[in-house]
Amino acid sequence: MAKINEYIPVVGQPVIDDLRLLGEKLTGKVIQNINSTSVGGGVAEILNRMLPLLKELGVDARWDLVKGGSQFFEVTKKFHNALHGRREDVSRRDFEVFMETSRENIEELNTYGDIVFVHDPQPIALVTKKKDNKWIWRCHVDVSNPNRRVWRFLKGFISQYDASVFSAPSFAQDIPIRQFLISPSIDPLSDKNKELPQETIDSVLNKYGISKDKPIITQISRFDALKDPVGVIKAYKKVKQRIDCRLILAGGTAADDPEGVRVLEETREAAAGDADIHILLLPQNDIEVNALQRASTVIMQKSIKEGFGLTVSEALWKAKPVVASNVGGISLQVKHKYSGLLCHSIDGAAFELKQLLNNPQYGKKLGENGKEHVRNNFLITRHLRDYMLLFLSLYHNEDTVYL
Amino acid sequence: MPENEIKKAKEPFRFYTRLNLSELTGMKASDLGELLECLKKAPESAIYHHTHRFLQQHQYLSPEPPNDFAYWVSNVLGERRLGEHLASIDTIGFNNINDLRQKFISVIKDYLKENPSAKLKFASNEEALYFVKSISFIFPTNYLAYDLAEFLDILKKITIDSVYFHIFESRLRLAKGTNDFSKWIKESIGDSKLASDISKLDPYSYTLEELKDRIIKITEARLGV
Repeated sequence: MAKINEYIPVVGQPVIDDLRLLGEKLTGKVIQNINSTSVGGGVAEILNRMLPLLKELGVDARWDLVKGGSQFFEVTKKFHNALHGRREDVSRRDFEVFMETSRENIEELNTYGDIVFVHDPQPIALVTKKKDNKWIWRCHVDVSNPNRRVWRFLKGFISQYDASVFSAPSFAQDIPIRQFLISPSIDPLSDKNKELPQETIDSVLNKYGISKDKPIITQISRFDALKDPVGVIKAYKKVKQRIDCRLILAGGTAADDPEGVRVLEETREAAAGDADIHILLLPQNDIEVNALQRASTVIMQKSIKEGFGLTVSEALWKAKPVVASNVGGISLQVKHKYSGLLCHSIDGAAFELKQLLNNPQYGKKLGENGKEHVRNNFLITRHLRDYMLLFLSLYHNEDTVYL
Repeated sequence: MPENEIKKAKEPFRFYTRLNLSELTGMKASDLGELLECLKKAPESAIYHHTHRFLQQHQYLSPEPPNDFAYWVSNVLGERRLGEHLASIDTIGFNNINDLRQKFISVIKDYLKENPSAKLKFASNEEALYFVKSISFIFPTNYLAYDLAEFLDILKKITIDSVYFHIFESRLRLAKGTNDFSKWIKESIGDSKLASDISKLDPYSYTLEELKDRIIKITEARLGV
């Protein structure tokens, strides 16, 4: 795990100096993060990277997990989909299952933090234990158009928090607490994003039998219907009629995602009979993901909904041209025709893929702009800064705070 | 000023920095009518956010576009003529946020009088303009300058956020009228010429890095180094 000083060559010494000053202002406060899984998915990934750095900056940040059985995670997966606006049959029994497990967690989990930082809906009901400490609810989900029934249920808990955090402006909600806007981030020194020698990239391609004879289009995502892997295959097939190319669909499944297996099957069916489509199941293999992104000509993120879509920043950091849906936090990362191309449909995605494959210089420029955009806005150092400011903001109500 | 005469300041200059956290206001505009309403009601810290955010977040894009309103009106609503009017508002000519707010309102109102059909353009939910405000955290760094040579030395080390604070934040948001560097150089060092040279820079037409370099060069030239 990288030390804070190792980020100096990437962002500069003064940025790190400021982080240390902020860390000092939080001396004595215990920040308790709570979520539902320590591996898989974006939340666990971000916490795994950020907590050691926060500690190094002098912030006493800790991490606890809520427990739950498969029934509980099936319900929270339904909640997740419903919050993304997908039609889900959420029954009264589902709410009961959620509350039964929540009650067990409320009983068992000690919420000792001066600031309790709750991530996503799974641990949301813990707030009923709130005493005189500060509580923040961090929403990692795209809630721009949520299922109203599920949202109303959760809102009863959210309203008890001191503050909430959303990843994009369009996720703002009608709730009686402060709503902060904090984008997630990527870690430029992690295995997923660090520079790789060409030999490593080539060996990963060899391992999966992927030849470099044709341009490569890649989408890195969990096998989840909201990531639309079948839509990606349809777009690729339209491109393939004009330009010979390969498609890589690679990703894992998270521990709290029981639906993944079914989507993977559907994807395999859609790809059947085309040897140029490579479907790779890569649970937690970051170097391989990095290598595949670096080997790609164009990266896609054709999601139907996104909490944020950090794979876009990962691709841009590698200066790759990106074709991505205009959903969730993606429009913060991609300024259309400047740091990538935004699409709204399979046809649109196919058209833009062809533009980029036929005009490599255009793609190169988009990728270079994208990398600088990520350097300024979506690296972990900016995220550390925002989180420390968020913690400090709980003790100040004014718009200009003198520390 | 001859190079061997480094004058001590009456008072040292303490470098501060300011970091922003974005807070959602719950206000959004999908058309020009709603944009006008939001502009009237939004807190000053939101007007500030949308007119200064680009400087921080899109350094590679600077100096264009200068504010979110111009960007949104041009690129989402497709009203490029109004977008150009909004982009060309001389932010530096305003000493406080409310005057700047009134200017945006009057430019949009005038445009709608001449082009009433522009009211019919609207953005989808995904592309609406969501009003966000900046919560600013201001705190002292460990850097203190007792003369211009030290000032120059420190200037080379500090973040662009610190430059931003001393040039933009103090000038406009805190309604001080000038920037902190010029004020100190004039009052504490007594160098009106250098103070005025820095004060005359239009900070909105540079990226922050370029602005910092420009101030360093002007100061170096004055010190003869």
